[in-house]
Amino acid sequence: MEMSGGSRLDPYVDRYAARTHGMTTSEIRALFAVANRPEIISMGGGSPFVSALPLDVLADMTAKIISERGAQALQYMGGQGDPRLRELICGVMALEGISASPDDVVVTVGSQQALDVVSRIFLDPGDVVIAEAPSYVGALGTFTQYQADVVHVTMDADGLVPEALREAIARLQREGRRAKFLYTVPNYHNPAGITLVESRRDEILEICAEAGLLVLEDNPYGLLGFDGPPLPALRSRVSEGVIYLGSFSKTFASGVRVGWVVAPPGVKEKIVMASEATTLCPVALSQYVVAEFLAHHPWQEQVKVFRELYRARRDACLEALSASFPAGSSWTNPSGGFYVWVTLPSGVDAKAMLPRAIQGRVAYVPGVGFYGDGQGVRNLRLSYSLPEPDRVREGVRRLAGVLADELEIVATFGGGSPS
Amino acid sequence: MSDLGHVLVLAGGASFEREVSLSSGRRVADALVNLGVEVELVDIDTHLLPRLVKDPPAAVFVAVHGLEGEDGALRDVLDLTGVPYVGATGSAARLAFDKAVAKAIVGRAGLHTPASVALRHAAFRDLGGTLLLDRVIERLGLPLVVKPARGGSALGVSVVRDASELPAAMVGCYSYDSTALLERHVTGVELAISVIDDGGSAGPAALPAVEIAAVNGVFDYAARYTAGMTEYHVPARLDPQIAAAAAAAAVTAHRALGLRDLSRTDLIVTRDGEIEYLETNVSPGMTATSLLPLAAAAADLDLGALCRDLLQRAAIRGLSVPGAPE
Repeated sequence: MEMSGGSRLDPYVDRYAARTHGMTTSEIRALFAVANRPEIISMGGGSPFVSALPLDVLADMTAKIISERGAQALQYMGGQGDPRLRELICGVMALEGISASPDDVVVTVGSQQALDVVSRIFLDPGDVVIAEAPSYVGALGTFTQYQADVVHVTMDADGLVPEALREAIARLQREGRRAKFLYTVPNYHNPAGITLVESRRDEILEICAEAGLLVLEDNPYGLLGFDGPPLPALRSRVSEGVIYLGSFSKTFASGVRVGWVVAPPGVKEKIVMASEATTLCPVALSQYVVAEFLAHHPWQEQVKVFRELYRARRDACLEALSASFPAGSSWTNPSGGFYVWVTLPSGVDAKAMLPRAIQGRVAYVPGVGFYGDGQGVRNLRLSYSLPEPDRVREGVRRLAGVLADELEIVATFGGGSPS
Repeated sequence: MSDLGHVLVLAGGASFEREVSLSSGRRVADALVNLGVEVELVDIDTHLLPRLVKDPPAAVFVAVHGLEGEDGALRDVLDLTGVPYVGATGSAARLAFDKAVAKAIVGRAGLHTPASVALRHAAFRDLGGTLLLDRVIERLGLPLVVKPARGGSALGVSVVRDASELPAAMVGCYSYDSTALLERHVTGVELAISVIDDGGSAGPAALPAVEIAAVNGVFDYAARYTAGMTEYHVPARLDPQIAAAAAAAAVTAHRALGLRDLSRTDLIVTRDGEIEYLETNVSPGMTATSLLPLAAAAADLDLGALCRDLLQRAAIRGLSVPGAPE
């Protein structure tokens, strides 16, 4: 075989759509492949601790579904999802103040698919999405695939800053660009671990309504708060102007891939059609399992188990950070969810430090991935959801050692100081 | 069916090239299965050693890349268990894997290699980082390449064009390895030349050179493992005399480093026709975008048959000197 004319090893290279241009493998992917090894404490992925589920109960439940209703559970179904599950989902959302009809709900294959279909029906290449700074990496990836530009808006300890949102909208208008929607994770933000305070919620909605900006409210963690009942969702305050994304990935099991979207009627119809074009219908068996769990198991007790478990891990993480991280570092104090957002001392690049961390047997996600514009160099996300509290402590302790070595190297080359 | 017996392909491990290695291992295993070889793909973890002891295979193909596969330790373990394997011994691999050491050895064997300096972090810490960097730039000039002394797949490698970029490149490099190799940046035709020693009287021989032209100009990790990002020419578009000299250089490196069975040497042919040695891999990539399989295909060699023959050779070696390290 001679290739003297040259080969790129991919005969289709000239046929791909423009949106695939950013789809390349990367050093970070290579590093994460190692992070899954058992000797490494991974505080990278936001995986729920599904081992806390009553697995025997779920096994019986699933077996019963297949033996009694297998002909339906293993068959196609309507693209909008199982009507019984949609009804139960309305009950789940009521806990966060949302009043919706099962007709408004579309079940999706995780809320990631909901992000995809919402992006597909709203985003043309060059459109703008406004998102918090930082923002969920999976959403940014979806927006990028639809060739949208992400404009980040500052958060502080109280969440998205209304004034910064106003300024971003005004700036875009001056530039003749109109954002299609605001993508926001108001509760226990991924990755920032911050919650939008009550006093800002109506204001954010008003700003968006005034600017004709849809709100895409992504709320997978809302029921996983450590300090009392959840704040009423944005969607609970208005029925128009908000598209709401919910998920059972964090409150039940990520592997069932069941999420949902609630949208105003016209939007909902398009979401159903776009969703059918992707998957025909959400996974019937998974929907039956979730519905059975919600209907016949004390699922709120299970969520309470998760809350307590994650609270202990959050505490372990924050204690270990306080005990071992150097001056010049700071971190958020999440009141729920899975994540602590860490800012490293000046001069430290979290992405450059990751190989050292993995050699030190601990993994995290570098901050730059949570921005579309190169910010986040000094940041990293720690997820405390999966490792047991002792492993969380050990993971942070290891990371502190790695950081000490990195700071020494940075100082050697005239980088920032830890103060 | 093959009469080789049960063989293992070792892949994965905990090195940064784990994913690449799993992909290499899968490709080698599939190619062997196609020839009827009884083969199993095995990850490197705590189960490996008990398994090698309890049920020793006829031979092992090491498709582990990076520190674990190429620094010699895994090969020493295989020697200790008496399991024969394809490729360099532990001691030879250890020398070849350290780019600074390998450059010195092949330099003594008469090959040109770009001027460089290898420095542990401690040297910078003890002698003053920025002052030492100034000296390095003075001596090597810009641009220069910063690479981890031990590592592969271009992980941690930066091309520094401006002195201001050097500190960040050093920090990034030291995250991968405690020793950085700072090397004068040489431009020209990038070549990867695989060398195979099939045990014949002619000794190790070079496969056709693969010429590498990264579409974005840099043959980094993404360019290596994303099909479409690099254009390969096999054989390389070289003057026949230069091609022959490059092939000879790869064989010289293989011999000088005391390697066995297979290796892949990366070279650059400068505009003046000078052949500059960069590094040699003792466990070359075997993925769909890797260079040795491209070269084998250009030579009309079946990858499976090549791997099977090397395993056969290793198995015979194992029989002749049971359990003894070479």
